[in-house]
Amino acid sequence: MSVLVYAESWGGSFRKSTYEAVSYASETAKLLRTDVIALTFGNESDDELLKLENYGANKVLTTSGIEKGDSKAATDLFSANCSDANMIIFPSTYTSKMIAPRLAAKLKAGMTSNVISTPSSVSPIEIKRKSFSGKAIENTKINTEKAIIILAPNAFGLVECNGSCKIQKIESANNTSVTINSQKVASGKISLAEAEIIVSAGRGLKGPENWEMIEELANLLGAATACSKPVSDIGWRPHSEHVGQTGIVVAPNLYIAVGISGAIQHLAGVNSSKIMVVINTDPEAPFFKSADYGIVGDAFEVIPKLIEEIKRIN
Amino acid sequence: MNIIVCISSVPDTTSKINFTDSGGKFDSDGVQFIINPYDEFGLTKAMMLKEANGGKVTVITAGDITIEPVIRKALAIGADEAIRINMTPQDSYSTAVEITNYLKNSPADLVITGRESIDYNGGAVGGMLAEMLDLPFINACNGLHISGDTAEITREIDGGIENISTNLPFVISGQKGLVQESELRIPNMRGIMQARTKPLQVIEPLDNVQLTISSGFEKPANKQDCKLVSSDNVADLVSLLRDEAKVI
Repeated sequence: MSVLVYAESWGGSFRKSTYEAVSYASETAKLLRTDVIALTFGNESDDELLKLENYGANKVLTTSGIEKGDSKAATDLFSANCSDANMIIFPSTYTSKMIAPRLAAKLKAGMTSNVISTPSSVSPIEIKRKSFSGKAIENTKINTEKAIIILAPNAFGLVECNGSCKIQKIESANNTSVTINSQKVASGKISLAEAEIIVSAGRGLKGPENWEMIEELANLLGAATACSKPVSDIGWRPHSEHVGQTGIVVAPNLYIAVGISGAIQHLAGVNSSKIMVVINTDPEAPFFKSADYGIVGDAFEVIPKLIEEIKRIN
Repeated sequence: MNIIVCISSVPDTTSKINFTDSGGKFDSDGVQFIINPYDEFGLTKAMMLKEANGGKVTVITAGDITIEPVIRKALAIGADEAIRINMTPQDSYSTAVEITNYLKNSPADLVITGRESIDYNGGAVGGMLAEMLDLPFINACNGLHISGDTAEITREIDGGIENISTNLPFVISGQKGLVQESELRIPNMRGIMQARTKPLQVIEPLDNVQLTISSGFEKPANKQDCKLVSSDNVADLVSLLRDEAKVI
């Protein structure tokens, strides 16, 4: 018996979503009275692999030669190394969402995604997940011997511990079905999926030349920048910044919306944020109904004041 | 090229979501249903591929007779034919098994699903289909170019994009970028008239397997009212965020 967790890395480094998944696996393993085994295939150094022990991994299985974009090869790797696992846990990443369903079909194991808490019961596994784009919380029972889950973004948090883990190199059969031609990962910028704070702006900013203050505010807060759909549609900001229903779904601790009215499609992508702040000239903007804090006012006055105040307290 | 587009009938984004039987089931009363927005990007891409390369676009969906208006809309947008698997989908696995049963007898060159449905947000049917059919699978796909038997595909990765090539047949789960929002097609009168007579085949499920059970829903706790801060006291907002919300 064990809990297996996928530890995803980029450029040889683990990200917060992986530490979160290992923390979750560790808390779940306590319920099941068993160990946490992490599985990696990202060419991490031993020093990097050992960081997983700080979140409760007891053993790390590691191999190389598999690309994250090759869901079939990755699925075969998991399948070959999970005979002992009752639960297989995936962090909230695009690659997880590519491997987990394949693995579920291969093992005929019940799978659920968007999970927000540890199991409320373990036999059978019963778990809460987000559904209806954050408008509901669903209780799901998994009726199979093995349960596969993908966590919701930023839903669980990190639980550090003083553990120790062993590293074990494993073999991987290499049945590639695809060729990876190139990868472009924005460097030096905080990715939206990982960001704890997001500063987002919409049409209220009147033009792309006015984003400097949004970027300055984001830099001061260590935040990522985002935008509403109309702004990405008219090309003021790149599509990769569009948060909302058809864009990226985010769940930061703090979401600051500047000059965004709060259309339901936008809210569907941000309503899992823990705290939402709205700055808008229109007191009737629907966003004020969902937000925790708000300022009715002109972004061009409010944002510079906000920047000044944050500089002052830093 | 024979393209299968898996579509899902989902509540319109603006719908209020309610549950019946003390939270046991989704209450569809008074809810307007639409083609899942992620599936619509895939359907539009399928139409473009057909127009460029020839072939046929078939939409397939699992559901009872009440979802037929959404199927007719897909036909009005331009799909050539439709398959409805006559079942109430219980989980991603049950849906994937039945679509696979169909595809094993009627193989496709390309299978397209949406990245996820906006109702249950499972995001699993595409990957499951690929495994059951032993095909390559790319999810969060935001670019697809096919020439002959090979395809260049871009997928979203966390904080970037990845460019992948593979050979037909394969499965993708698509999203915006596959086509742009401005390229989505609104059915015209001719399309709507034609859709009425296009073939819509109803098939029965064969396996009826289910691995997970949805055992109840609750609504997230209501948010407190928004605390308004005057634009003259921006410093107050900063202290609230630091001392009350503890997020900065």
